[in-house]
Amino acid sequence: MNQILDGIVKAFQLIFSGDPTVYGAVYRSLLFSGVATILAVLWSIPIAMQLTLKDFHGKSIVKGFFTAMIGMPTVALGLILFLIFSRAGPLGFLGLLYTPAAIMLGEAILITPLIVSIAVSSIEAVDPEMMNLAKTLGANDSQTSVTILKEGLNGILFSNVAGFNRAIAELGVALMVGGNIVSAGAHSTDVLTTDISTLTAQGDFATAIALAVILLLIVFGINLIVFLARNPRVLIMLGRTPQ
Amino acid sequence: MTALIELVNITKRFGDRTVLNNVTLQVQEGEILALLGPNGSGKSTLLKLMAFLLHPDTGEIRFQNVPVTVKNSERMRLQSTLVFQKTLVLNTNVFNNVAYGLKARKIPKTQIAEVVKKALKLVKLEGFEKRPARKLSGGEQQRVAIARALVLKTKLLLLDEPTANLDPKNAGILEEVIATANREMKTAIVMATHNMFQAKTLPTRIALINDGSITEVGAPAEIFSKLSKNLASFAAVGNTFRGTARATSEGTTIVDVGNDVQVEVTGQRQGEVAVFVNPQDIILSKSALESSARNVFRGRITEISDLGSLVKLKVDVGKAFTVQITKRSFNEMELNLNAEVYIAFKASSVQVL
Repeated sequence: MNQILDGIVKAFQLIFSGDPTVYGAVYRSLLFSGVATILAVLWSIPIAMQLTLKDFHGKSIVKGFFTAMIGMPTVALGLILFLIFSRAGPLGFLGLLYTPAAIMLGEAILITPLIVSIAVSSIEAVDPEMMNLAKTLGANDSQTSVTILKEGLNGILFSNVAGFNRAIAELGVALMVGGNIVSAGAHSTDVLTTDISTLTAQGDFATAIALAVILLLIVFGINLIVFLARNPRVLIMLGRTPQ
Repeated sequence: MTALIELVNITKRFGDRTVLNNVTLQVQEGEILALLGPNGSGKSTLLKLMAFLLHPDTGEIRFQNVPVTVKNSERMRLQSTLVFQKTLVLNTNVFNNVAYGLKARKIPKTQIAEVVKKALKLVKLEGFEKRPARKLSGGEQQRVAIARALVLKTKLLLLDEPTANLDPKNAGILEEVIATANREMKTAIVMATHNMFQAKTLPTRIALINDGSITEVGAPAEIFSKLSKNLASFAAVGNTFRGTARATSEGTTIVDVGNDVQVEVTGQRQGEVAVFVNPQDIILSKSALESSARNVFRGRITEISDLGSLVKLKVDVGKAFTVQITKRSFNEMELNLNAEVYIAFKASSVQVL
C-alpha cells in the first residue's frame, strides 16, 4: 500500500517538475499512438465501407477475420513484425526495426481489426434504406458514402477512440519492434508502457507506478474529453451550480 | 399527353420470389396515378424501379423515351424522387434534411435557403428549420420528407403510402400538398396506396396491382364501377369485403359478407358486390349504442397499433374491421387486446364498389 501511495505522490511530483524523461515518454506515447491511429483510420474506414456497402464473395469470411484479429496478442504481432522488419526479413531493407516508424506501423496494424469491426457495426446500424434515400435525392456514389458515414459517425468516432486506447496501452509491439531505446533524442523509442515494464523489472516501483498513473490519467482524460464533446449537455448541467 | 415514364414487360425477382411479373405501365406527364393494391402486391418494388433504385430482371424502362440502364441511372435519378413508406430523416436539423438533395446538386447556398423556406411553408412547418428532424412527431417527419422531395422539382414524384400512418390532420395537409404540387409544378405523381378513399379522390388514373401484376388501369369512376368483377384483388385491402347483395323493401340493400356478418347499405343492389367502410367512419363503444346507425356489430379487439395521436384497432366481428380512434378515447375507454366492443356505422357511409 505504501508503495502505491509513494507512486501516486511521485507521479504528481514528476508531472509538476517537468521531468524531461517522463515528458519525453509521454510525448512519444501520444505521438506514436496518435499517428498509428490516424494511419489505421485512413485504411480501416474504407475497408469498413466496402464490407458494409458492397457485396462480394467471401465477405463474411473477411468480416470474421477482422473480428477474430481483435484479440491478437500484442507480443505475438510484435514478434511477427520483428521477423519481417529484421535484416534477414522480407522488409529488412527498409531499415525500420527499432525505429519510431516501426512502432507506429506496428500499432496501426494492431488496432486495424478493432477499428474495422466497430466501424462495420456502426455502419450496419444505419437504416439500410438510407443509401436508397441518398440516391433518390440525387446523391452520387461518393456523396452517398459520405452520408452513410455521417449517419454512423458516433460509432465511427468511438472506433477511433477505442483504437487509440488500445495503441497507447499496448506493450508487445512497442517493445519488440521499437527496442525500448532510451535517451537517444529523436531516435528514442521508449514509451510509457515499455518504461513501466523496464522500471518494474529494475525494482523501481515508485517510478513505475508514477508512470502508470500518468498513463491512466492520459487515457481517462482523452476519453473524458471525447465523451464531453459528444455530450455537451453534461457540461451545461455541470455548469449550473446550485445557488 | 406524352408518356413521361414507360415500363415495358418488367419482371423483378428477389431470390425465388417473383415480385413483379410482366408489368407494363405508362405514366403521363402531369398526371396523378394511384397504385392501388394490398400489402405485398409489388407496389413498393414498382416505385423503386420508377425511382431507378432497382433494375428489372427483364423488360425495359424508358424515361422521356430514353432507355434507363445501370450506366445512366445515376443521372436519371435527378429526374425522379421517391418518398418512402417508412419515414426516413437524416440525423441533422430540418433545414439540412430538406436541403440535402439541393446540396447534392450543388445549388448555391443563397438559393437553397430561399427554396427550403418556401417548401417548409407549403408543408406548414415554418420556423422548424433548426429543430433536430428526429425529434419531430411522425406526421411532421413525413412532411419534412415530402418537402425534401418537392424542393427538387423533379418531373416525377413517387410516394409510397404517404399517409398510411398519419392522423387525419397530417394526412389532410399532405393530400393538399400533393394536389398543389401537381397543380402548380405540373409534377407527375405516382402514389402507392391501399386506402380506397384516397384512391377515389386524388388521382387522375388508378392502376390496380395484385400479386405482382397490373390487373386494370383507368379513371377512378371506371375502375370503381368495375371493381366488383375484380373482387379477388381486394379481399386483403382494409375494410373491403365481398359479398352477395339483396335489396330490401325499405330501399336499402343487405350485403352478406360471410361469417354471419350482414352490412346494410343505402341504395338498391343485387348480386355479387364489394363494400368498403372508411375506418374513420366507424364508432367504437363498450356497449351497444342506441343510434341511427344501421350497422352494429359485437366483436373483440384483435390488434392495436399506436399512430401517435391516433390508435388503429382491428375488431373481429366475424370479419375483421379496421377502426381508428383518438388516443384519448382509447385511454379513457381502457381498451386492450381481446376486449369485447361494439362497432357501429351508418348505411350511408358504406361505399359499394
